Parts: sequence; C-alpha cells; structure tokens
Amino acid sequence: MIESYLPILIQALIASGFAGVTLLLSVMLGKSSKRNAMKDSAYECGMLPLGEAQPRFSVKFYIVAMLFVLFDIEVVFMYPWAIIFKDYVNTIGHDIFWSMMGFVSILLVAFIYAWKKGALRWDN
Amino acid sequence: MGSFLDSINLAFLIASAVKIVFFAFMVILPMVAYSVYLERRISAIIQDRVGPNRTGIPLTLLGFKKDSHIFGIGGLVQPLADGLKFLLKEDFTPAHVNKFYYWLAPAIVMVPALLTAAVIPFGSELDLSWLTKIGVDGAWLHKPIKLVIADLNVGPLFTFAIASLGVYGIVLAGWSSNSKYSFLGGVRSSSQMISYEIALGLSIVPVLMIFGDLNLSKITEYQDANGWLLFPAWGKGAPWENGWHFGRWALLVPVFISFIIFTVSMFAETNRAPFDLPECETELVAGYHTEYSSMKFALFFMGEYAAMIIGSGLAVTLFLGGWSIPFAPWLGLDYKAGATPAWLGLAHIACFLAKVVCFIVFFIWVRWTLPRFRYDLLMKLGWLVFFELALANVILTAALLMYFKI
Repeated sequence: MIESYLPILIQALIASGFAGVTLLLSVMLGKSSKRNAMKDSAYECGMLPLGEAQPRFSVKFYIVAMLFVLFDIEVVFMYPWAIIFKDYVNTIGHDIFWSMMGFVSILLVAFIYAWKKGALRWDN
Repeated sequence: MGSFLDSINLAFLIASAVKIVFFAFMVILPMVAYSVYLERRISAIIQDRVGPNRTGIPLTLLGFKKDSHIFGIGGLVQPLADGLKFLLKEDFTPAHVNKFYYWLAPAIVMVPALLTAAVIPFGSELDLSWLTKIGVDGAWLHKPIKLVIADLNVGPLFTFAIASLGVYGIVLAGWSSNSKYSFLGGVRSSSQMISYEIALGLSIVPVLMIFGDLNLSKITEYQDANGWLLFPAWGKGAPWENGWHFGRWALLVPVFISFIIFTVSMFAETNRAPFDLPECETELVAGYHTEYSSMKFALFFMGEYAAMIIGSGLAVTLFLGGWSIPFAPWLGLDYKAGATPAWLGLAHIACFLAKVVCFIVFFIWVRWTLPRFRYDLLMKLGWLVFFELALANVILTAALLMYFKI
C-alpha cells in the first residue's frame, strides 16, 4: 500500500528540482544591472509608497479563516460517509442518512449563528 | 524497512519515473505554454484583434540567409520566445523584501500544481508487449502499464489537499514582498481560495456517493463501461436500460448542480476571471506578484495555468468520463482490463487530452466574456449560495439514492 505513494515522492522531488533549476537558470542567464534607491522601492514604476507596507487589515479575513477550518473538517468528514453510503443503504438501512442529517444540522446551527452575527457580511 | 525496500521493484520505479517525465513535463508544461498562447489568440479574436501571430524561428542567428516563418505559422513558437525571455530578463530582488520567503513563494506555487497531476489518470493502460517483436525483452513488458502516475485510493482528496498548499505560496508572496499591493492581493487571494475550497470539496460529495469510490482510475473505468456521469448514454448507467428508470433521470439533477458548483469554484480556486480579484489590475496592479519579475514571475504564471489544467483534468475525470471514448462499448473501443491494444491506449490518451483542451478553451472564453466580481459579492456567492447549495445537493443525492435504491 505504502509503495503506491512512492511515485508521489519521486514527483515531488522532480517538481521541486524543476522549480529550483528554473530559478537558478534565470539567476545565471539573466542580465544584471546597477541597483539604485528608486529601483529598490516598492512598485518601482508607480507612486512612492506611503506608510507601512503591511497595514492592519480587516478582522473579517481572520473570521473567514476560522470558519474555513470548521467547515472544511465537516467536508472531509463527509468523504468516508459518501463512499460507503450506497452500499450501506442497500444492505443495512437508512440510519446512515439520518445520522449525517443530525451532524449537518448541528453545524448548520453554528453556520446560521455566524451568518446572523454578520461574520459573512462584506458590504459594510 | 528491509521488507519495504524489497517490495519495491526496479521496473515499478522506472515506469513511474517515465510516466512522471512524460505527463508532467511532456504534457502538462507544453500545455501550460500553449494555453497561454491560446489565451492570447482567443482573447484577440474575442476583442477583434489579431494577437501574437508572427513569431518565427530566427534562422539568421544560426547562420542561414533568410528567417523562416514555416515553423512559426500563426506565431506558434511564441511560447518558446516567451520562455527564453523569462530566462534572460534581469533577475531582480528588491531591497525591501524578505529574501528567503520571497524566493520560496514561487516554488511553493509551482510544486503543488505539478504534484496534483500525480493522481489524474491520463489514459487507460498501455500494452508494451509488441516491443518483444522488435527485440526488447523483459518480464515487465508482459504486464500493461497503467497510465496514472500514482494509483491512490484517495484521489480527489489528495488533489484538494495538495492544491490547497498553493495558498501558502500566495500568502508568502504577498507578505514577503513588503508592498501594499502585494499584501492586499495576498490576503484577498488566500481568503477567496479557502472560501471556495469548501464549496469545491462539498460539490464532489454527491459524485463520490454515486460512484462509491475515491480511486480516480476505478471511477473512470466505471464511467467507461456505464456511461459518463453527465452523459449516461450507454451501459448500466443509461436510463433506458432495464426498463425506463426514473431514478436515473432524477439523479442527473444533482450531478448537474455538482458540475456547475465544481466548475465555478475551480475558477475561483485558480484565481481566474471572473474571480481574479487578487490580481485586479485597476486596484492592485498585479496583486501578490507585483514585486516579482523574470523567472520568479513566470513560476507564478505557470503555476496558475498548471492548476487550471489539473482542475480541468479532475473535472473531466469526475464528470465527463476521463479518457473514455464516447459510446465506447457500442463501438468496441472500451477498456478491457489487461487486454487493451496499444493503439487503443494511445487513443484514450488523445481523448483525455482533447477533453481537457475543450475545458481550457471554455476557461479562456469565460475569462474574456464576463466582467470581474465585486469582493463582497464574491464572498457572498461562496459562503451563502454555493456552500448552501452544495450541502442541499448532498442531501438531495442521498435521498434519491435511498428512495430509488440505485
């Protein structure tokens, strides 16, 4: 079983090698010219940057990240359930459906709470 | 450890290496290069322009008397010229960046994009036993080679897991560039990608319920024999087999909804228009890769197109039968385990690539047709429409499978 992951290891090595070699090639082949203060500034051909480059940003991005972790685990949890669903329903019974409905409805309550709290509002 | 090493045979390793080099470097990378060219040509046609059409091979540089346009009909060598240009441009690292992460980010975008190709079956199997007739010999020739790099039992899960690593590259690029444009682009992009990943993951749960398998090769073989998921016109999957079966017609509804959600989420996941807010030119110059130039920029660019190609490959494999030829069992072109002739194996590869190319043209067409979304609408669509719809779709599929006992 584990040896079926071996090609993935090889491919990871080859892909990293490819990225590394292309980066290296561009360093070796690329022209280099003198640096100056203007060229080193952020977004050289645009306006001069004002203020710090990494300003504080909206807390909404953090909330989205937290909700993502929560609901992505739900999705991953559904995969094994989905795989056995058909066989289970045809051989054992319908309780597999109702147990997942219970799980989803609990998460849905949490989702509706987040929604009503305004965690998913981006237009204000 | 010893027993583990013993279980690996050399033929398996060589076969995997050949498949990796063939699929990742002789199929995916040229496809990346030519889908950029295709994008430029198609956008030109849509906007009533000509596009890059005159790049030829500069034979005068090699000592010939005249330049030739024979090899570059319609600018076909444009991708080669672009690639050379990327290599020869100044490799500039601005002084204000965080050097280590600035260099790491493009590689982190490119590597997962290539790595996800490992589980996509790009053909059925290739029979190599004809090689014995021309003098090559070996025990490994007598077993047909399966045309998938790693035949994992967790196919789509692996793809999503690895593809989402690309978010790290984008966040690192945005953060390490120390520029406001890059920073905002990176934050926006990561937020968008993780939001749509949920819809993407949920949208294929109904598909998995219907197949009852996570192995992409088995899913494709099933579709080859029983009709594609979106086009069940033959085999056991056809609604008219075994009497007219209403359940099979009804099952097309959730499959179609799944396909729509999957495709749209794929657009958002690869940062393609109409969801290309991370690199929204009018606001953010070029988003997270504003500060990048030469090959480092090219790696982001190639990573985006590679992700698009793999996404198309996954969509084709799950919904449109992968390498399966339409009406294969009627035409006698279906896959027979261990007995597929070599020409049919090649035909399957061609069929897979043809489907992927159609999908890429669709991607490009959409990009040059639809205007860009507003950010609040994008998040609303992801969280309040697609998430709900995908969840309802799972329940609908479950109810249909339960009611009709398909």
